[in-house]
Amino acid sequence: MVNLIIDGKKITANKDTMILEAARAAGIDIPTLCAHESVSRSGACRLCVVEVKKGNRTKIVTSCLYPVEEGIAVETKNERVLNVRRLVLELLLARNPKSEVIADLAKKLGVAPQPRFIPDTDKGKCILCRSCVRVCEEVVGVSAIGLSCRGSQKTVGPPYNEDSAVCIGCGACAFICPTGHIEMETTEDKRKIWGRTFKMKACDVCGRYFAPEDQLKYISKITGVPLKELAICMDCR
Amino acid sequence: MKKISTIDDLKKAGEKGLKSLFPDGVKIVVGMATSGIASGADKVYTALDEEIKKRKLSYILAKTGSMGMDFIEPLVDVIEKDKPRLSYGKMTPAKVPQLIDQIIKGNVDKIRPLYRIDEEDVIITGEVKHYLVGALPEYLKDVPKISELPFYKKQVKIVTRNCGIIDPENIEEYIARGGYFALQKALRTMSSDAIIEDVIKSGLRGRGGGGFPAGKKWQSCRNAPGDIKYVICNGDEGDPGAYMDRSVMEGDPHSVIEGMIIGAYAIGAQEGFIYVRNEYPLAVANLTKAIEEARSLGLLGKNIFGANFNFDIKISKGAGAFVCGESTALMASLEGKAGEPRAKYIHTVEHGLWDRPSNLNNVETWVNVPVIITRGGKWFSEIGVPHSTGTKVFSLVGKINNIGLVEVPMGIPLKDIIYDIGGGIPGGKAFKAVQTGGPSGGAIPAAMMNLPVDFDSLWEAGSMMGSGGMIVMDEKTCMVDLARYFIEFLVSESCGKCIPCREGVRRMNDILHDICAGKGKEGDVELLELMAKGIKDGSLCALGGSAPNPVLSTIKYFRQEYDAHIQKKCCPAGVCRALIRYEINAKKCTGCGVCAKKCPTECISGEKKKAHKINQKKCIKCGVCMESCKFEAITVE
Repeated sequence: MVNLIIDGKKITANKDTMILEAARAAGIDIPTLCAHESVSRSGACRLCVVEVKKGNRTKIVTSCLYPVEEGIAVETKNERVLNVRRLVLELLLARNPKSEVIADLAKKLGVAPQPRFIPDTDKGKCILCRSCVRVCEEVVGVSAIGLSCRGSQKTVGPPYNEDSAVCIGCGACAFICPTGHIEMETTEDKRKIWGRTFKMKACDVCGRYFAPEDQLKYISKITGVPLKELAICMDCR
Repeated sequence: MKKISTIDDLKKAGEKGLKSLFPDGVKIVVGMATSGIASGADKVYTALDEEIKKRKLSYILAKTGSMGMDFIEPLVDVIEKDKPRLSYGKMTPAKVPQLIDQIIKGNVDKIRPLYRIDEEDVIITGEVKHYLVGALPEYLKDVPKISELPFYKKQVKIVTRNCGIIDPENIEEYIARGGYFALQKALRTMSSDAIIEDVIKSGLRGRGGGGFPAGKKWQSCRNAPGDIKYVICNGDEGDPGAYMDRSVMEGDPHSVIEGMIIGAYAIGAQEGFIYVRNEYPLAVANLTKAIEEARSLGLLGKNIFGANFNFDIKISKGAGAFVCGESTALMASLEGKAGEPRAKYIHTVEHGLWDRPSNLNNVETWVNVPVIITRGGKWFSEIGVPHSTGTKVFSLVGKINNIGLVEVPMGIPLKDIIYDIGGGIPGGKAFKAVQTGGPSGGAIPAAMMNLPVDFDSLWEAGSMMGSGGMIVMDEKTCMVDLARYFIEFLVSESCGKCIPCREGVRRMNDILHDICAGKGKEGDVELLELMAKGIKDGSLCALGGSAPNPVLSTIKYFRQEYDAHIQKKCCPAGVCRALIRYEINAKKCTGCGVCAKKCPTECISGEKKKAHKINQKKCIKCGVCMESCKFEAITVE
């Protein structure tokens, strides 16, 4: 067990626990956009920054990636931390002016749009947190989407923005996206995502369309369960 | 060639190398580093080759790297038995026949040598090797010694010890200058702990920019658990205006290799990688050849020098991303992934390349190692100043007379580099500032010319050592425009992973563009400072963490220029096009019409021999008129 102080509170946490989890377990709220329990962490959004004091030295770290250490003192809301968080939110408000999630978070933390930043019109709601890319690679295992280009030109999508041959239409990316950037439209027997239309499978028992056929084929392939055994929806199993 | 496995083998190879360096006949050596080739050294080489063949002379023609005197390339050295080595600058194919005539006749009447080298200190062994034997020939009395040249006087050549002297493709010449003796000493007589201790004692700090003590890093990597470890050489030099590492990789590739083998032995690594950018084709070629040669001689591979130690090196070519100079991004790139950094809370010495303990050092750091091993850590620690030991190579560029590579002891005052070595500012203009540390560093104003050039002093001044770029600016440089230039560079080089760097630096760039375009607003400077703080604190890696430095340092030392742009809508240096206008002084204008002819938009008119006028509406402010006017009649306001 490791002893540390967060915002003046004495806290004991398991070794290898990240500061973020240790703080949350102690009822201290740290905002995040890109830390999701299902995927590995990238430290991209920088909202979860905190200040760590170790001996006489202080530094700003991302709490989602920094494991607890014996004797450190963590500040989650001091001026230096809030300055980074405010900047990040001002930058995101300008990048993704249409994102309700960012607008709500900014409002909650008392951050207003910076009038000197001209809002972007071409970035949608994507903050490039890469949760979608990670879930597709780490959980689904198909890596249908990735990041292309560099810097502010960076975008997320299938290679060359063409129809992905490996996408199974599962929608995990749309589910994990913190801002709702990824659009997925499901209408009865069809699902549209990343420009491709997938045929949905109707449940052999109740007839409800419940999953893309490509997804079921993929599950059958990697688990060895015959496809016909996967033809029944979750409710009817 | 016979494999080298004992000290006697090494000595024999060295003797051959000495014969090549000090030949019996005449040897002509052309500086063929990229800086030389860019100035036409390849054409000079071809001309020399043809002339020698035409006259059926038995001269030896060879290539070498760069001596650092880029302002006077192409350089050609002439070596004759028992005579001083003579260096000729600004050589052209047309001068070649005359040069050959001079060698035959034994004079220096038509083409004057820049300097002569009578003897050479071999830094690694402490020996002195003599070119001149006996009395100095009368006709060379007026040729200055190299040590008398202001450009060389204050330099100490440790890292660039062989550049411009040896043929980088000739391993025997490298050995003749003490090369691979450090490796033999380390492998046969020293324990890995003793090597690491010596490197710690030397005080050597990482030359890539961070300045982390190299010995301590080695120790951490050695102590990290794991059977498979790696050493990596960072040759991804990407700062605008910096080319120290390129010059060393091109001119002395074996010194990099030797340093890495010693490091690998000390750390316990079996494999090494040199990550070098593909824009450095000559460095890649010379390193490749050097590795092959070292391998064929048994200096790389299995049981090196008969020791129970196997090690080999691979070259990995980078695609030229600035961010790949960051250690974790470099390792990601080596693994074949996109060059993006990761948080370094878990150090690369424990979990680096392919999650194995990995020790990464910059080219210059590795090259210091053989010297430390042969001369001892204590000897090295006495060069420079206490917390910044040894020397540092800088590429001195910009508005300076002597453009080139210079190697100086740490702690040397900035003014010595600018005025004594650099020869001051061209055109009689005033020295304004110098940017050290490239885009991650800051501008140091002329008022701080006495600043000692070492890691800590530069840091305290708001800049950094960086990898060694030193860009000199004169009074005609606009500091806001300079900050905009570096920030724009960083916008295009940000990997885009974290928000403060990707979005924040881009927004800083927008504001700086506005200020330069006369659209700056009251409060912009304060906003830039606040953003800079957030970006420095909040970025994932050092690229973002240091990105605001050019802005912060120019605000700190040249605030009045920002205010002039924002409040008075004027650019005091006369650079920012939106804020300047060119005018013709009617009293000085002779009506020669040259400016009108040169103007690309034909906006200058006037009668012959009468004062001309500029149509401001059509003027694009390119400045061609001012450059072409011989009477200084055109001014910029």
